[in-house]
Amino acid sequence: MQRNFLAKFLFITLLIFSTTVKAQHEEHEGTPEEVSLKTKIKESINHHLLDSHDFTFFSDSETGKHYGFSLPVILWDEGIQLFSSSKFHHGETVAENNGNYYKLYHNKIYKTDVDGTITLDDHHHPTQVKPLDFSITKSVLMIIITGILMFLAFAGMAKSFKKGPIVTGAGRFLEPIIIYIRDEIAIPNIGIHKYKKYMSYLLTVFFFVWFLNLFGLTPLGVNVTGNIAITFALALITFIITQFSGNKNYWKHIFWMPGVPVPMKIILAPIELLGVIIKPFALMIRLYANIMAGHIVLMSLIGLIFVFQNWIGSSLTFVLAFAITMIELLVALLQAYIFTMLSALYFGFAVEEHDEAH
Amino acid sequence: MEIPAIVGAGLVVIGAGIGIGRIGGSAMDAIARQPEAYGKIQTAMLIAAALIEGIGFAALFAV
Repeated sequence: MQRNFLAKFLFITLLIFSTTVKAQHEEHEGTPEEVSLKTKIKESINHHLLDSHDFTFFSDSETGKHYGFSLPVILWDEGIQLFSSSKFHHGETVAENNGNYYKLYHNKIYKTDVDGTITLDDHHHPTQVKPLDFSITKSVLMIIITGILMFLAFAGMAKSFKKGPIVTGAGRFLEPIIIYIRDEIAIPNIGIHKYKKYMSYLLTVFFFVWFLNLFGLTPLGVNVTGNIAITFALALITFIITQFSGNKNYWKHIFWMPGVPVPMKIILAPIELLGVIIKPFALMIRLYANIMAGHIVLMSLIGLIFVFQNWIGSSLTFVLAFAITMIELLVALLQAYIFTMLSALYFGFAVEEHDEAH
Repeated sequence: MEIPAIVGAGLVVIGAGIGIGRIGGSAMDAIARQPEAYGKIQTAMLIAAALIEGIGFAALFAV
């Protein structure tokens, strides 16, 4: 039975291999159709990774129709400019509002003239003025939805505790996670006396990152935690909380660590000071890169289905994409856990009390 | 001949892979020796792996 399976597996692998070899061979000739397919896949992945001013579920490339809804655009350009992103027609036309003209260029809004001309300088950056953009973009919308979802879930949970000691509804699922964060993340890292102050932040950041990671895996096509601006903001909050809760010992261990010879202290102080910045920086990069890499891998595998264009290769790619999705589900939880864990660790460093023997 | 930056990034990723592999292996050994400390070992393992992973990603994004 097992041997039979192995033989089949080998046969299928060989078949795939032969088709891929054939595909590679054809690539040398580079038929225009194949090249355009590859650029299309690349464009689609890039478009998915970036934030956008409208919420597109999918587009029909033949008719050029986009299925989705537009979002409000809010600009600060000598007063608030408020209009719908449908005016851009997915970047194809110039939007007019109160006599000002705006044009989308690489998902960024520039102020232009009536024709929407964009002139580029030597570094391929547009020379046009970029008004301050406070638009409700796709990511912002998802953050708001996640916020509302979290508020409903946890407010409902808090309410059910007023009725009795046993939680009802969705709280039954969430309560063990909250207990886990308290008992396994906050208390061991921060200490039993001081952990309470930080619980609200740790819980918020955990569920926020986790929910947004999970939203990224749905076919909605959002990539919120894989956006460096958002992870930067999260890491910045961790950084600020750490610095403001730092006690005497924390600063002493950075600038004038006890029990180290004086020349060493002079060498170590700049390194320690750099470490203060590097810690949240690594936090930012880690979450961003993990989610971004996961999305790229997943999208590329899905794109392979269209590259293969035979039923064996495409179906096996589908299986692979499914497996990667399962791994990504784990990564979504793991990254939220790591972010919370390391934040708690840094808070723990900041509030740690040292005894004299140390 | 100039060596492309991507080769350096590849080397860093190989290093990070070896590092994370060693952490995982050592954690397995530790758990086998002291199964009661499973939770603590796992936490420490994840933190160390995450720190190395950060370096790997930094190299990839520096390219």
